[in-house]
Amino acid sequence: MTVTTKAESGSGLAAGAPRRSVASRIVGRLGNGFVQALLALIALIWLVPTIGLFVASLRSASDSANSGWWTVLTAPAQLTLANYGNLLGNDAIARSFVNTFLITVPSTLLVVVIAALAAYAFAWIDFPGRDWLFLGVVALLVVPIQVGLIPLIQLFGDIGLFGTIPGIVLFHTAYGLPFAIFLLRNYFAGIPRDLLEAARMDGGTEWTIFRRVIFPLGGPAIASLAIFQFLWVWNDLLIALIFGDEDSYPLTVAIQQQTRQFGANIDIISSGAFLSMLVPLIVFFAFQRYFVQGVLAGSVK
Amino acid sequence: MTDTSDPPAPREQRPDDASAADSSPPASASPGDRAAAVAAPSSATSGVAAGKGRLGPPPWLAGGFLAPALILLGLLVVYPILYTIWRSLYDADGETFVALDNYVAIFTDSATFQALKNNAIWVAVAPALITACGLIFAVLTERVRWAAAFKIIVFMPMAISMVAAGVIFTLVYDHAPERGVLNAIAVGVHDTFKSPSPYPGVRPREQGSPLRPDGSGGFSTTAQVRPGQSVALPLVALSPAKQRDLKAAKAAPAQPGAVTGTVWADFAPGGGKPNQIDANEKGLSKVKVEALQGGKVVATATTRDDGTFRIAVPDGAYTLRLAESNFTPPYNGVTWLGPNLVTPAIIGAYVWMWAGFAMVLIGAGLSAIPRDALEAARVDGATEWQVFRRVTIPLLAPVLVVVFVTLVINVLKIFDLVYIMAPGSSIQDAQVLALRMYLVSFVGESPDQGLGSAIAVVLFLLVLPAMIFNIRRFRSEQG
Repeated sequence: MTVTTKAESGSGLAAGAPRRSVASRIVGRLGNGFVQALLALIALIWLVPTIGLFVASLRSASDSANSGWWTVLTAPAQLTLANYGNLLGNDAIARSFVNTFLITVPSTLLVVVIAALAAYAFAWIDFPGRDWLFLGVVALLVVPIQVGLIPLIQLFGDIGLFGTIPGIVLFHTAYGLPFAIFLLRNYFAGIPRDLLEAARMDGGTEWTIFRRVIFPLGGPAIASLAIFQFLWVWNDLLIALIFGDEDSYPLTVAIQQQTRQFGANIDIISSGAFLSMLVPLIVFFAFQRYFVQGVLAGSVK
Repeated sequence: MTDTSDPPAPREQRPDDASAADSSPPASASPGDRAAAVAAPSSATSGVAAGKGRLGPPPWLAGGFLAPALILLGLLVVYPILYTIWRSLYDADGETFVALDNYVAIFTDSATFQALKNNAIWVAVAPALITACGLIFAVLTERVRWAAAFKIIVFMPMAISMVAAGVIFTLVYDHAPERGVLNAIAVGVHDTFKSPSPYPGVRPREQGSPLRPDGSGGFSTTAQVRPGQSVALPLVALSPAKQRDLKAAKAAPAQPGAVTGTVWADFAPGGGKPNQIDANEKGLSKVKVEALQGGKVVATATTRDDGTFRIAVPDGAYTLRLAESNFTPPYNGVTWLGPNLVTPAIIGAYVWMWAGFAMVLIGAGLSAIPRDALEAARVDGATEWQVFRRVTIPLLAPVLVVVFVTLVINVLKIFDLVYIMAPGSSIQDAQVLALRMYLVSFVGESPDQGLGSAIAVVLFLLVLPAMIFNIRRFRSEQG
């Protein structure tokens, strides 16, 4: 390239520059082609495992035991929806699917409301020791749930919440709060002071301000939080495994128990796992922006 | 001659969907900055400085807003921490005070110590690997038009549960090459470079055969042979399915100046005499036959369809050998979830889940690097690599640290993926602290919640540095 440029330099800058750019463009193209190919390969590697599960969930147990899912490429006739039919007929799975909603929705709502109240106080009400208290909440961000398991089994046992859906919800709510308060407080603190002062001038009570100003303006942060919390609870295994029982297990536990059974039922497991992914994936694609923001904000957790 | 006609890669197409991140500042890991940037460009100062001497609510009102959260946090988070610490000083029944015995047991109980060691492997490998992947992906996607699609694909696993991911990768790692995609690829690649042996498991009879094992997987003749002889080399244990595809065996006529013979499957339905070519017995084609003299291979031949072969050799005494390559068992891939590889395999699944997280965070950081800084370096004659090493990486360092620390915290608490993926036979080899804590405290006939509490406290202590890091970062952002 340099050689070409020098040889041409006699004929003037105008002629030299484009020539060089042709050469470097070719080099750039090649480099870019390589990058494209590499990224395509990586994308394929990231996609194939999920596709494998999806296809496996559409094949009979005997097909799955004898051949790989990729054989559908040559024999698409083996695809069937029977597994999903069986899944709905499987009492444990069907009930756990309902349980998952019964656990996830209240856990999400409770965290959002309770955290929003606290975050408002931390952001806009002046009281002694506020900063230290908030620092305490930040400190709780990374407390592993493991330290809560043994004491709360006893506590929940004493008050009759052990093995129940409300018990699981309560656990999720408590351990979701530090992150939720942290996220919302920081967002609320950025709401323009003028808006609040105007509302206070107009004689609005703190409760009115919270409902009419903060909650609506905090929309994006609340959406991020709600999605994050929803997925966190939906995807949880450990808490439900310990605090649930046969009647209150969510989908993750039901699938986990299938994998531990002798002679694992690949048809139930694969379709159940895909069913459990469906709602998070819908949430992910529908609310991508908020989800990404929640993840970015939640990088402290 | 400045290169004006070679503009940097177009960056006007900001992938709009998968990377809402791109619109955030580099420290967008801090919601404070982002919130301020999004909602209130006019009042970037945080609310900490709010309302001294201004119109404001009385302080006691805060109590009402804070009460639900503080009660829940106090009762269900703070109190359990204290209780767990206290409980860890008592034995399994919770009756006897044992001081630090449970903490000693973490190092002396082999299963728990194994968990500790595996956690160390996880922390040493996974966060660095994921951060590196995220960095590479984020840098590369800046150069392609379909970055948004790529980001969605890589980021998607973040949304699903570890249980689902565990099921997905249990399928991927299935050791049977006809079911597990990874071993199917491994076998495919292996067999491309080294074609599979034609007769795995085939061998001579144990007694009365002219052949005997040569100690390296092949078989050699017990007696020496000379040119002009025809030798019979009978083998057994060929699968019926394989026999069907073969042609009938023929005796090879003796020829001067060469050793001849037949390699055949010395078994026919309904009998047949040992070491004798009977009707219906099949010749083994494509078997490699070697003639050895003084332990060295001097000539080789390959059998024809009817099992006959001919090796031209000078006069002398030879040993014939059927090389090991004819009989090696087929390559079946790697036992991914076996004792040796189970932890790396599960880490692989974890990388699959979290690389998108690192990529999006680092991508947000990248897009916030001032273009001027990069351009200035380029104008000064720096190569792309130098720009990357000397400008991009240092400017990106804070984001990389946040990603890394976040991953360390998460990796320390790893539970679901190991519990779902590790098969019963190798679960002990995959053991990690969170899983051990669960198994010790809640599973089995004699759960030991003293040891379980001690493990929980150790986990807590391990994430403590990360917590301090978070608080300091938070305070400096506030400052």
